Amino acid sequence: MIPEHLISTQTLCTHYNIEISFVDSLNTMGLIQIEIIEQNHFIHIDHIGNLEKIIRLHNELNVNLEGIDVVMNLLEKEQALRNELIAVKNRLRLYEND
Amino acid sequence: MAFIDYYKIMGVAKTATEKDIKTAYRKLARKYHPDVNPNSKDAEKKFKEINEANEVLSDPENRKKYDKYGENWKHGEQYESAQQQQQQSQSNQQGFSNDDYSDFFESMFGGGRGNSRQSQHAKFKGQDYNSQLHLELKDVYTAQQQVLTVNGKKIRLTIPAGVENGQVIKIKDKGESGINGGPNGDLYIQFVIDNHTQFKREGNNLYLTIDLDLYTAILGGEIEVATFDSKVKLKIKPETKNGLKVKLKGKGFPIYKNDGQFGDLFITFKIDSPTNLSEKEIALFKELQKIRTS
Repeated sequence: MIPEHLISTQTLCTHYNIEISFVDSLNTMGLIQIEIIEQNHFIHIDHIGNLEKIIRLHNELNVNLEGIDVVMNLLEKEQALRNELIAVKNRLRLYEND
Repeated sequence: MAFIDYYKIMGVAKTATEKDIKTAYRKLARKYHPDVNPNSKDAEKKFKEINEANEVLSDPENRKKYDKYGENWKHGEQYESAQQQQQQSQSNQQGFSNDDYSDFFESMFGGGRGNSRQSQHAKFKGQDYNSQLHLELKDVYTAQQQVLTVNGKKIRLTIPAGVENGQVIKIKDKGESGINGGPNGDLYIQFVIDNHTQFKREGNNLYLTIDLDLYTAILGGEIEVATFDSKVKLKIKPETKNGLKVKLKGKGFPIYKNDGQFGDLFITFKIDSPTNLSEKEIALFKELQKIRTS
């Protein structure tokens, strides 16, 4: 019985028209996480958005896997900085009207 | 519709080769692609412009037409349309159907058909929507239901108590509909929380400064303090100093998605010195001063 939150990589490859080797390379590079159940490969449903982003970067911008890794890391850092900025702004509001 | 200079958008000369246009498009797309510019409406707008320009300039036929009509493309369209109708009425053997004509103009001037026939069958995820929701601090003290209208669709939303200013939540599938059966985009809502209360908030903790009269500060006593949703009685120790902070555990803001759990309330005492003293008061204070300094 396959849990509902997992989608087989085969289905995803058909849906997004990508090679299975591409998905394997993404897994090898740590860009996605593949779960193996009874020798079948699956991706968690929450990670589909990330996979779609990777496919777009690869197909639309011709970014290779190493480049995607760099972009994803920088985006992650940017998001962390954005969150930190919001937290700092919220802290600043404490003193603004004093 | 105002004239759009596609060459200017792509940053190329009118004499640019197909290769120049392709290179320029790739460079600009890498710079402004929504995936590498999350939450940037400017980049999104620019990316749309670049795509539109590329659709016209990367197709030799479209480009030829665009070059021919230039700024007067709108009149060109009318002229072409009139001429086309005339040709159609004269002979049906021309092999130039109305469908072909309108396909061309739709794709040329942003009609959205795209420049690739194979794209008609590809599945695409719909665009994500970004939205801001302004709330008052007192509104987010308790969980509440809101009905939002996003692009004509009504969305029921339960906002958990304790959301933070700037916090973004994702509502799956509530973005633009998918194309050709692709999945829907998501809706991202950023909360902007305005605080018009006497409390200041940092995370789950609240901060409040209250005035304490000199006599209670020196002699001690009991005062009533307003918390965010109620009032509490607070014992003041004798000889309380100005700026002293007191923590009221669990009287702060609700902790996000942790029902029944609250941060703390920090109260800072600001001693309020008496003014407009009477002669008798001044005399008594002088006497106190003498006792203190002797």
